[in-house]
Amino acid sequence: MPESDAPALERRRDWRELALGYGIYLVLALFVLVMALLSPNFLRPGNLLNIAVQASTVAVIAVGATMVILLAEIDLSVGSVAALSGAVTAGVLKFAVGGAAGGVVGLLVAIAAGLAVGTVLGAINGVLTVRGGIPSFIVTLGMLSIARGLTLLYTGGRPIFALGPDFSVLAYGRLATVPVPIVILVTLYVLAALFLHTTQLGRYIYAAGTNRRAVALAGINVDRLKLGVFALAGALAGLGGVLLTSRLDSAQPTAAAGWELDVIAAVVLGGTSLYGGRGSVVKTLVGAIILQLISNGLNLLNVQAYWQQITKGGVILLALLLERSLRRARGGESL
Amino acid sequence: MVLERTRRWRFASRGRAWRWPLALVAALVLGGAVAQSGFTVGLSLSTLNNPFFVDVRDGAQQEAQLLGIKLVVTDAQNDLNKQISDIEDLIQQGVNVLLVNATDSAGVVPAVKQANAAGIPVFAIDRAIDTSSGANVVAQIASDNVFGGKLQARRLAQVLGGSGNVVELEGIPGASAAIDRKSGFESELKTVAPGITILADQPAGFDQAQGLDVMQNILQAQQGKIDAVVAANDSMAVGALQAIQQAGATRPNGQPIVVIGFDAIDQALAQIRAGTMDATVAQQPKLMGRLGVDAAYMLSLDSLIFSTLGNGQFMPVEVQLLTKDNLP
Repeated sequence: MPESDAPALERRRDWRELALGYGIYLVLALFVLVMALLSPNFLRPGNLLNIAVQASTVAVIAVGATMVILLAEIDLSVGSVAALSGAVTAGVLKFAVGGAAGGVVGLLVAIAAGLAVGTVLGAINGVLTVRGGIPSFIVTLGMLSIARGLTLLYTGGRPIFALGPDFSVLAYGRLATVPVPIVILVTLYVLAALFLHTTQLGRYIYAAGTNRRAVALAGINVDRLKLGVFALAGALAGLGGVLLTSRLDSAQPTAAAGWELDVIAAVVLGGTSLYGGRGSVVKTLVGAIILQLISNGLNLLNVQAYWQQITKGGVILLALLLERSLRRARGGESL
Repeated sequence: MVLERTRRWRFASRGRAWRWPLALVAALVLGGAVAQSGFTVGLSLSTLNNPFFVDVRDGAQQEAQLLGIKLVVTDAQNDLNKQISDIEDLIQQGVNVLLVNATDSAGVVPAVKQANAAGIPVFAIDRAIDTSSGANVVAQIASDNVFGGKLQARRLAQVLGGSGNVVELEGIPGASAAIDRKSGFESELKTVAPGITILADQPAGFDQAQGLDVMQNILQAQQGKIDAVVAANDSMAVGALQAIQQAGATRPNGQPIVVIGFDAIDQALAQIRAGTMDATVAQQPKLMGRLGVDAAYMLSLDSLIFSTLGNGQFMPVEVQLLTKDNLP
């Protein structure tokens, strides 16, 4: 049998390959195990549902971010774009379509307005990156500031609140027994995974992230692909903002500040390479859940404020170090 | 003489803000009838597009009228550049004292240095002015967050009757308002109600979304044990309230969980009015404006009165507890 003749080294490589492919699930399982042992309240269904719902806003935004990063670009503006989209949705809902009196149509108009704002800002990011030739790091850094400024301008620096019970269905409603945000989350991730892995456009995203020139030579318009992905990322940031606004029953002018870092942390923790071309959207979801698990666990264990920041940063760095060393030992490219 | 007065001043600065008028009277008596002809105070505000600062101005104007002082007010419209021009104009007009409510702690420093160079004393109002790069600020007049935390503790003790379990939601770790409110609350709670236990003490970034998430998590860990939540600002308090309502959580005795916040934002006042939130702590911008003018006046009577204070020493403005009974 050729397999048994294979040198020990080969088999060790196989093990590492497996760890690289499924390590994130192991980390997740390890976390769940440790937390279950440390806190009797952790495995309660209510708590697990909470974690999923809490992770959902960041996770929704991280779908778009994964695609942007697969193209070897970055989007730092998602937090601010989410805030503006949420504020516009709240503003339209409260002041334009007559709040609760606007009914379902009013609600849909308000949500559409929020998503449109996100899409437009995302498309602007794309145009400036692709046509303007400015690195997306700088473009979206500018957009981070502009969108936050617009949010403050639009809200006058004050929260828009009391948005009515219909709108909060988005965050607190249940479909059968499953919370609506989880339904949205799962649907979105299934669609994104199908898109990336089974459609031609999805494969182009991977290919363009690995070797942009080869893909361009093959006759694919990489610029248009990037523009589309940035617009999609903006739309998903908008959706995240709408969900957050529903959850808070208010649009806060400072909402989602700093979320770009949580989003990128989730994507990177999920093993997507910042150099593009390699990664998985499903693992991004696992990354987002792990991040939320850490917050949840620290709250359950009542860990002191300063230690929480240290723990979160430490976990991210440890996970990435582990991934890198595995990848290096295997002899492949590193992060 | 000078020694006696400085001691008196220290007394005033350490105590509550209601002692200010005492210090003022003392200064008046000791300083005698200083000729006030042409004494002018300049007040440079960051914005008048925010009710808080409109109140600061109104308080300052009332006090200036009372003391017979001329007050010149400028509005920077939250634009640092305009504020620097405003302050330059006030210096040119020859004001005797400047009260500066900075649009930006560090950004306003060049203008403050110009005032320093012109020999005009500067007080910081509400927002601190950065003194690390050579700007000279007589004192920073801002809300007394430590005392606000104490008011929260006293209210909690009163409502819970001296015993029970409270969850504490902290602000951004390291932020001065978060540290002051927390230390005031915890120290006072130990004194007035040692029977109340802080069951959990977690940061939620002064943010409603985080307040909601963190409270959801704590509710899982401490189910059925929580009597009250005390948050270092109203956004977190409102978030916690949402988590409580969503979970349908109550106190061990079946009554609603008591929620106390800080800042008196509209969202919280609406909840207090509806009876779902118990109390909040309000800053007093009018008092802040009045005290700014008082401080300028005292300085004019005796240039040494603040001399024992370090550069940019904090001078507290009293805050006020708001419940359903005394809502504005």
